[in-house]
Amino acid sequence: MNSDVDGNHAALRLRIPEPSRRAGPDENAALFLSNAGEARRPDLDEKVERIALMRKQMVRVLDDDGAAVGPWAPEISAEHLRAGLRDMMLVRRLDARMMRAHRQGMISFYMQCLGEEAISCAQQRALRPGDMHFPTYRQQGLLVAAGYPMVDMMNQVLSNSHDPLKGRQLPVMYSSKDFDFFSISGNLATQYIQAVGWAMASAMRGGTAIASAWIGEGASAESDFHSALVFASTYQAPVILNVVNNHWAISTPEDFARGAAATFADRGFGFGIPALRVDGNDYLAVHAVSTWAAERARSNLGPTMIEWITLRSGAHSTSDDPSGYRPDDTAATFPLGDPIERLRQHLVAIGQWDDARHATLSDEVDGFVDAAFQEANSNGSAKAGETSSAATMFDDVYATPPAHLLEQRSQVMD
Amino acid sequence: MPAMTMIEAIRDAHAVAMEHDDNVVVFGQDVGYYGGVFRCTQGLQQRFGSHRCFDTPINEAGIVGAAVGMAAFGMRPCVEIQFADYMYPAYDQIVSEAARLRHRSAGDFTAPLTIRMPTGGGIFGGQTHSQSPEALFTHVAGLKTVVASNPCDAKGLLLSAILDDDPVIFLEPKRLYNGPFDGHHDRPLVPWSAHPLGDVPEGLYTIELGKARVHRAGSDLTVLTYGTLVHVAHAAAEEFGIDAEIIDLRTLVPLDTETVIESVVKTGRCIIVHEATLTSGFGAELSATVQERAFHHLEAPIIRVCGWDTPYPHALEWSYFPGPDRVGKAMLGIMAS
Repeated sequence: MNSDVDGNHAALRLRIPEPSRRAGPDENAALFLSNAGEARRPDLDEKVERIALMRKQMVRVLDDDGAAVGPWAPEISAEHLRAGLRDMMLVRRLDARMMRAHRQGMISFYMQCLGEEAISCAQQRALRPGDMHFPTYRQQGLLVAAGYPMVDMMNQVLSNSHDPLKGRQLPVMYSSKDFDFFSISGNLATQYIQAVGWAMASAMRGGTAIASAWIGEGASAESDFHSALVFASTYQAPVILNVVNNHWAISTPEDFARGAAATFADRGFGFGIPALRVDGNDYLAVHAVSTWAAERARSNLGPTMIEWITLRSGAHSTSDDPSGYRPDDTAATFPLGDPIERLRQHLVAIGQWDDARHATLSDEVDGFVDAAFQEANSNGSAKAGETSSAATMFDDVYATPPAHLLEQRSQVMD
Repeated sequence: MPAMTMIEAIRDAHAVAMEHDDNVVVFGQDVGYYGGVFRCTQGLQQRFGSHRCFDTPINEAGIVGAAVGMAAFGMRPCVEIQFADYMYPAYDQIVSEAARLRHRSAGDFTAPLTIRMPTGGGIFGGQTHSQSPEALFTHVAGLKTVVASNPCDAKGLLLSAILDDDPVIFLEPKRLYNGPFDGHHDRPLVPWSAHPLGDVPEGLYTIELGKARVHRAGSDLTVLTYGTLVHVAHAAAEEFGIDAEIIDLRTLVPLDTETVIESVVKTGRCIIVHEATLTSGFGAELSATVQERAFHHLEAPIIRVCGWDTPYPHALEWSYFPGPDRVGKAMLGIMAS
């Protein structure tokens, strides 16, 4: 259509990514897999240029036989590892029970984190009480691993009369200041810059707490991600910048957010922020790198970006059907395996676990979740019309309701 | 009481707030070292240090987003958006985050922050330095929206905004920074030192949010207005010989409905004046409120005198601006009907 003025150029053509990930496991070759133990462990204050390569590698601790190898192998007690295994199993069982509740028509909506449990569970145990997480909707593991009452998570999901958020938020949009879990927005990426602001405040006020920002690889395309990196880098805020790369933004593969960069960790490097890629299905690697990043932040060495490689093994939400956009064997062919199975294998390998103990734990976890759901269910549900009273929607719009809200509330009460 | 310009009064309010509470921090583009392009934060960094008043990258979403995080931590950030016209990148952080944080977390987290922004035209700023976006905030549950029309109010209202436990949008009509501009752009500006509202109380002086001020008492008609147009309406009333009662709303949300209705009931006639574009402007809300609550007291249809529904035109600024002539003719018109 266009004739080229100098005769040297063909007509311009727009590239629309056509990710091979849609077709199946071939794309896993682009994961830049490193061997367990291969990545070195830099000093906390090492210059960003010296660790530039770590944004292309992958920190892995657990090898194929379940052994913890290399400089990142953390010194974690077997007791801690068993607690971590239980955290992840609780999250998975919670998700399964809520998914079933959705199929049974008891709740309106749910989002599971199947396959991603290690990231939030291990990081929670690597940080300290008082450090503030700014999560997305797939970090329920932070609450579970912190010991937040599961029955309150379920009360929230059921939007019942005991819902701590009084029926105001979609299921899974939890909030708990006491458990260091910032209110989930639902508008993507907004929390990322807020976490940086919170961390700046901690530094301004001479605190010791750090912030942890969470985002998915898809939402990292939002402008607020850029805002967060500019501010974190400029003010050297004590914050961990987590990017959970589970490869899928609903139906859209990561390619649409990453562009022509090789990795999401590349984004951090451009801001002079140390950035690492890590096997997110490796509980030990998650714990080790989270601890390293937290120590950097707490030592006034500034932000760290961590790209966690994992897979959204399930659907985006209960409103999504992945069979329409990706192969059914996506999870089965994912080379980083399953986080729960890998930690179980490690515990067995070091002689701290066996089939009988696993079966006992599994039963205990099932019983725990079922008992919590029974209790939550006894508080009713929004589906059954047992919610907070309508008048409560006027509370907390402002600290003190102004006259126009009082008037509207009285109209609702009529 | 010392005479101050609006800029000096805003500066003073910042200093008093920062003195009063270590949790008050001030930041924005050019706000720190230089003291702001309108100089409203001049001297704060020198006095309180660069950890209390500092410059930021050119990133409005970042400024407000970081402020939300700081407020959630327990601080009281007061941030400047250099021109209201530039607040749109921050709009998601304002509307979806700051405004709703308390509600969505059932009071678990709050966002006590103040977002200042110069608004309005009259400085040949064209479409990107002249806007009055107040209706984009008044429509949002959870925000308070304040517009100051003079130095005395600017100090009292800004201190109240910073001390308030909810997010407050604080709009500063930039044409008023140096004097009570009455719309006569071809005449010399009267300085604030020659105006009674240029006398600003010292120390921790607050004006309750949600309370309007009767700027000029009168019996012929009621003018509901705020910001620059308070002074324009005043000039129009004097020049056209109308005994207008001029209500300076000061806070748009929450609105002082009582003062508004009391005045309209008294005069029976109501003109609404603002610089922002007419359609779906805050005047529509005011008109509906008056109609709902004082319909039987009205002796004439309500009239709105507002900016035209066009972008703010650079060279045609004074054709856009609802000056004293337009306001005065509306006054004559409503008295005749």
